[in-house]
Amino acid sequence: MTSSIEKPLTGNIRPDGSVLDFPAYEQAGGYQAIRKVLKGGMTPKAVVEEVKSANLRGRGGAGFPTGMKWSFVPVGEDTPNPTYLVINADEMEPGTFKDRFLLERNPHQVIEGAIIAGFAIEADIAYIFLRGEYTLAATRLSRAIAEAYERHYLGKNILGSGYSLELHLHLSGGRYICGDETGLLNALEGKRANPRAKPPFPVVVGLFGKPTVVNNVETISCVPHIINEGAEWFHGLSRTKDGGTKLYGVSGKVKRPGLWELPMGTTAREILEEHAGGMRDGLKFRGLLPGGSSTPFIVEEQLDTPMDFTEMPKAGSRLGTGTMIVLDDHTCPVGMSWNMTKFFARESCGFCTPCWSGLGWAERILRAMEDGHGKPGDLDKLASQAKMWSPGNTFCALAPGAADPLETAMKYFRADFERHIAEHRCPWR
Amino acid sequence: MLTMEEIHEIESEAAHYPKREAVSIDALKIVQKRRGWVSDESLRDIAQHIGMSPTDLDSIATFYNLIHRRPVGRHVISVCDSVSCWIMGCEQVREHLQQRLGVRLGETTADNRFTLLPTVCLGCCDHAPALMVDGDLHADLDPLKIDMELEKYK
Repeated sequence: MTSSIEKPLTGNIRPDGSVLDFPAYEQAGGYQAIRKVLKGGMTPKAVVEEVKSANLRGRGGAGFPTGMKWSFVPVGEDTPNPTYLVINADEMEPGTFKDRFLLERNPHQVIEGAIIAGFAIEADIAYIFLRGEYTLAATRLSRAIAEAYERHYLGKNILGSGYSLELHLHLSGGRYICGDETGLLNALEGKRANPRAKPPFPVVVGLFGKPTVVNNVETISCVPHIINEGAEWFHGLSRTKDGGTKLYGVSGKVKRPGLWELPMGTTAREILEEHAGGMRDGLKFRGLLPGGSSTPFIVEEQLDTPMDFTEMPKAGSRLGTGTMIVLDDHTCPVGMSWNMTKFFARESCGFCTPCWSGLGWAERILRAMEDGHGKPGDLDKLASQAKMWSPGNTFCALAPGAADPLETAMKYFRADFERHIAEHRCPWR
Repeated sequence: MLTMEEIHEIESEAAHYPKREAVSIDALKIVQKRRGWVSDESLRDIAQHIGMSPTDLDSIATFYNLIHRRPVGRHVISVCDSVSCWIMGCEQVREHLQQRLGVRLGETTADNRFTLLPTVCLGCCDHAPALMVDGDLHADLDPLKIDMELEKYK
């Protein structure tokens, strides 16, 4: 698609909320990228190299370089068969609402990206793993997949190229942990979504024991544009080293909550003040979670940090999903921490002890604090618990993701926590 | 007993996977779609049909939020209680619903019309607070709007 050079992912999306259907997608230049790949004589390796040099980094939150992930898949004749591609459309990170937008409004972009990714890793079968609550996305995706099959963009011998790909839509049974790459694979196999130990990594031993690449919806939506316009162009969209644009979102008590496709590396301040219109009248900014509820808080002095995968860690946080949650001065930071810890405790898969046991304990401490029963020493208990949730102590990133916002809340809003304990009440109630 | 229609739908999903047990979650959802929930009897029938033990299937059924192992009302209200909705007032939404329906979370109204459940972030954070009734998303809620929307579900 070529028509919107500054906003490749969303430029053609209809403002009225309706879907960019098959004719409209094609008219806007859709399905040209698979022609370039399949009929233009690009090799799988050439596709991988193009995406590598575009420096496309995984938009699900971890920011792993997509081209590099693809290059780890064993290809050639003596490799395990089949190879799988899985599109992670299990958007459940609290505060995150970007993939739903892409899935509902531009499903063919996801499908075209999946076909190209599938070709690059020599995949035979692809699944879109969609969260069960995304019912509108399910309807629109099903239709789009059927349309793509009808036009021979999916199925056997796509466009006469000799490449075949089957694409199935799987609707999740619903559980946050399905968003974890290996938890998702277990869910697709019809099991409980407990994450797996790594290594082996899914690119080698994945779905049903076969090589599998898992890519996020926004990541895969970038792929057709990289093929059409080239790696250098994709780089040029960004303000930093990480390539492309990014869907940034803002929720909380700002004037205009919403979602915008902006250059990668746009600062939090610009997103918050120019796009979201700043805080609602009478409210003051206190801090924000940059990319969903498992990213560390940033406060005023870090707002000028470019929001990308490279710069955010230098400010002590992470880009995550790029959809920020804003804390204002009329909202209790302890209550917010309790809400998030309760979420993580409830959604823990129950496998690793620091997670299932520790999160529940921390949740009860925070609840007690909110109810006026906080005790001296509670903050130390919370800190030592959060330490237990650090990477390496658990199989997946759920518990580390619970620790990050809690530890930074206790750092930046410590006086608020102490007030709860000293005054035996929540000052905001 | 599974109906022919259910069996047909389960089999067409099962064809998407190389292993039969991979269809377990789809099968539970297919049966629940028609019966509202998954009873012990339904669970045993599904397990037998796909060649799993009922215990294994129950460990899967009880893991996933969207599978109901207890009866629910004609409509299920799922109130988002994740952080963006919490900031925007989901506690007031829940309290209003509890008062209006006379039930707590996890309960069904006496007329069997509504079951009230909490849910994880619905991806509607820029229009918080939000809830779902069955498959329909309702956003930018306040008590008046909730009352209006609920009228659509009989």
